[in-house]
Amino acid sequence: MDARIGIRNTKSVLFKSVIIFLAFVITIPLIIVLLYIIKQGVMQVNWHFLTNIPAPVGEAGGGISNALLGSFIIVVMSSIIAIPVGVLAGIYLSENAGTRLAYYSGLCVDILQGVPSIVVGIAVYFWVVKPLGTFSAVSGSIALSIMMLPIVIRSTEQTLLLLPDTLKEAALSLGVPYHRVILKVIVPCGFAGILSGIMLSVARIIGETAPLLFTAFGNPYLSTAITKPMETLPHLIYTYATSPYDDWHNLAWGASFILLMFVLLLNIFTKLITRKWNIQL
Amino acid sequence: MEHTVVSASKFNAWFGDNHAVKDVSISIEKNQVIAVMGPSGCGKTTFLRCINRMHELIPGATTKGSLKLYADDIYTMNPIYVRYKIGMVFQRPNPFPNLSIYDNVVAGYKLNGLKMAKADMDHIVEKSLTSAALWNEVKDSLHKKGTFLSGGQQQRLCIARAIAMEPEVILFDEPTSALDPISTSSVEQLFHELKEKYTLIIVTHNMQQAARVSDKTAFFYVGELVEFDDTKTMFTAPTDVRTQNYITGRFS
Ligand SMILES: Nc1ncnc2c1ncn2[C@@H]1O[C@H](COP(=O)(O)OP(=O)(O)OP(=O)(O)O)[C@@H](O)[C@H]1O
Ligand SMILES: [Mg+2]
Repeated sequence: MDARIGIRNTKSVLFKSVIIFLAFVITIPLIIVLLYIIKQGVMQVNWHFLTNIPAPVGEAGGGISNALLGSFIIVVMSSIIAIPVGVLAGIYLSENAGTRLAYYSGLCVDILQGVPSIVVGIAVYFWVVKPLGTFSAVSGSIALSIMMLPIVIRSTEQTLLLLPDTLKEAALSLGVPYHRVILKVIVPCGFAGILSGIMLSVARIIGETAPLLFTAFGNPYLSTAITKPMETLPHLIYTYATSPYDDWHNLAWGASFILLMFVLLLNIFTKLITRKWNIQL
Repeated sequence: MEHTVVSASKFNAWFGDNHAVKDVSISIEKNQVIAVMGPSGCGKTTFLRCINRMHELIPGATTKGSLKLYADDIYTMNPIYVRYKIGMVFQRPNPFPNLSIYDNVVAGYKLNGLKMAKADMDHIVEKSLTSAALWNEVKDSLHKKGTFLSGGQQQRLCIARAIAMEPEVILFDEPTSALDPISTSSVEQLFHELKEKYTLIIVTHNMQQAARVSDKTAFFYVGELVEFDDTKTMFTAPTDVRTQNYITGRFS
């Protein structure tokens, strides 16, 4: 008897060590990539780098201010489009779970999630860029908002589905009309989950390059005109990393570092928010 | 001087084609505590939820027959108004987790967007919490979240929330079944005080509780109202054999 328990214990210890080892192994690529980008990029970053536009070939210095501003504008515009639509659709799906329309809408959301980003880019190219006759920040925002939608919709839906029905009944039994129940009870109670979905969707699109190639395109100058081409961090990295000049490669490394830091911070904030604002049911 | 507050005549309710409440006729008088009893699945909850028109919120749910609050037909009134006048307390305490204790009490006003002076609101909060025998326990933490309270305190908070709307009738669906004995007895204590101002309809599986708190008892069986009489009579000399079986079955 004792011997068998001994064998079991050894097995369990062995099993645990294998799991810990594997968990360690999968973090190795992440760590290597992080360290490499930090090593290459951190040297480039300084105040000058953040506040100047890229320098022409052969000139020293230069920065990525055009891409920082452009990424910011485009992310804000994408959010303005995707958040209201996505949250409302998520509310619809959770409130009407089990109906046929909700089922098929949900299916569409899943399919949309699986559409390659470059396909979204081409679609927006034909819908917006061609009719308008020019690449523009607006068209880039539309493409990115389409990428954001499925994440916002599903995370809103999943968050709200977890809220107990008794919460809604409590409000309804006080004579609160349905739309106010949604706005004043359901959405506030799911706020942390909805917000973290939004932040994750931003983290997801901030590094998207493919859909921007045919939409926002890029712009070597600082620009705030949303109907004109606009530079973004991933597009800048793409153009400058594929150029033959060392100065430009350094610019791309610096931009990669900034982009990476942004995504990391966004993920950390999301974790903090869900922990801190999560409402105890 | 007895006034009928709620009366049903030949009232029916369905879930799709499941006939859950059958031809119920009853009249409930003001300032009484009514206990509603019966085996599981006999339609107690369904009937209760018909009274404040919560039943119709379930897809496929329908009703037929008349149900009145005083002289007004509940099913021709605005459901929002019905729910102002007929409050409800649920089986599990369900304070709003995003609101403070204070806001939970006045949730009926705030969530409906009814504006009110701060002083009036303070007054309502204190009065309702006092009526719900909770004021002394929470008066120093009114701005904490309601979900930090114990289960029994949460249930009394939900009662305060219902009282704050000054309803005519308060419906309770097994209000103590999720509570420990001490919280249960403090809630039962409350019923005696609340009936001074309100009419209470309480679904309960606990016969001792029904005997302790109610003036009259209604016995439901497979959707029908089998017997409705003074609680004493019901427990000592029920006329219907089904009531008899139910009561003796539990006690023996
Ligand atoms: N949401 C619902 N959808 C469909 N049928 C339901 C629903 N709720 C209850 N029913 C059915 O209606 C009938 C009455 O149920 P009800 O909940 O009123 O019983 P109850 O007397 O409250 O029982 P319990 O003592 O277990 O709470 C049952 O046959 C039940 O299956
Ligand atoms: Mg029930």
